Amino acid sequence: MNGIEVKNISKRFGDILALDDVSLCFEENKIYGLLGRNGAGKTTLLNAISNRIFPDQGEIYVSGLPATENDKAQQQLFLMSEKTLYPERMKIKEVFYWTKSYYPNFDLAYAESLADKFQLDTKKRVRSLSTGYSSIFKIILALSANTPYVLLDEPVLGLDANHRDLFYKLLIEKYSSNPCTIVISTHLIEEVSGIIEDIVIIKQGKIICRESCESLLSKGYTVSGKASLVDTFIEGKKVIGADTLGGLKTAYILGSPAADNVPSDLEVTRMDLQKLFIQLTNS
Amino acid sequence: MKLDLDTGKPIFQQIAEGIEDAILSGAFPEEEQIPSITELSANYKINPATALKGVNKLVDEKIVYKKRGVGMFVSKGAAQQLQEIRKNQFYENFISGLVEEAKRLNLSSEDVINLIERGFEK
Repeated sequence: MNGIEVKNISKRFGDILALDDVSLCFEENKIYGLLGRNGAGKTTLLNAISNRIFPDQGEIYVSGLPATENDKAQQQLFLMSEKTLYPERMKIKEVFYWTKSYYPNFDLAYAESLADKFQLDTKKRVRSLSTGYSSIFKIILALSANTPYVLLDEPVLGLDANHRDLFYKLLIEKYSSNPCTIVISTHLIEEVSGIIEDIVIIKQGKIICRESCESLLSKGYTVSGKASLVDTFIEGKKVIGADTLGGLKTAYILGSPAADNVPSDLEVTRMDLQKLFIQLTNS
Repeated sequence: MKLDLDTGKPIFQQIAEGIEDAILSGAFPEEEQIPSITELSANYKINPATALKGVNKLVDEKIVYKKRGVGMFVSKGAAQQLQEIRKNQFYENFISGLVEEAKRLNLSSEDVINLIERGFEK
């Protein structure tokens, strides 16, 4: 079996059950969005896959190999973590060099060319990088590692709009020329909604949604209009949330507008991923 | 070619329509190559599978064709074919919405025709 398989893992930190019997599979050559609110368990899940922490129970397999303390499995994946764990006094180009010793397919020339594009001075030391450049530095490592699995935990933290744009472009180019499994954990949902193919939503340590972006978005729609009309229309329908603004109301509904026969004085729009995410993870 | 990811339309359809618009305007001339899937997806920051779905829709409709190992090209007669299709959709895409809004504003058909004529005069 290929891909990353997570089987019934749980992890407790004191009173908090960070992962609660989580099972899922990241299939080969797909781009995933791993979404969840702060503290939902996204980082814990990624850290468990990459051996930064060990789950209390459950098993993880990478391309069929047990992931725990197994270099063969770990060399197939690269985790770009939110924390910068590289030796602070090391120079960027030294990190490139040492990364190649663990990831034999690491492309030094490509890493240098990316550093150029982002205007990152590779003679600088790790500790001297700003938040944004620290993210850029780790993005470059992740894109150059050439592993079959790339896990990106908050990759665009601190990046300005131009650099985020450049990163998404490079990510897609990399994925096109060298297909791999990419898992992106981010709070900037709308920015990645076009890029990700499948979505995993995690809430309080549990997976609450796991499906393709397209089918998820086609499951719901929004109607807006005069509050009284909206209220009449939504009666008996599966409403996941609503906003009111004066006499106007917008309701988020699960179902299809064609089947529900929406009256013409109400405006129907497609659900966007961010709205859906907020409604699904509220409370 | 521009894309508005906020409107209700699925992205693959917007990609297909964007390419159609470019063919109609002559920006992508007949028998010329159109951007590759990688270029489209990187430029609009969308999944390559989505871009492929949009382009494949046009391949199925024979608006563009594939040259193996080279890329995608605009078919001969594509612009005219698109014009025909768009003309047939004109009522549904533009007129019905226009009439609906006119009714909301209590504009008579005469008012609307006058406004259309003003548009043509510009």
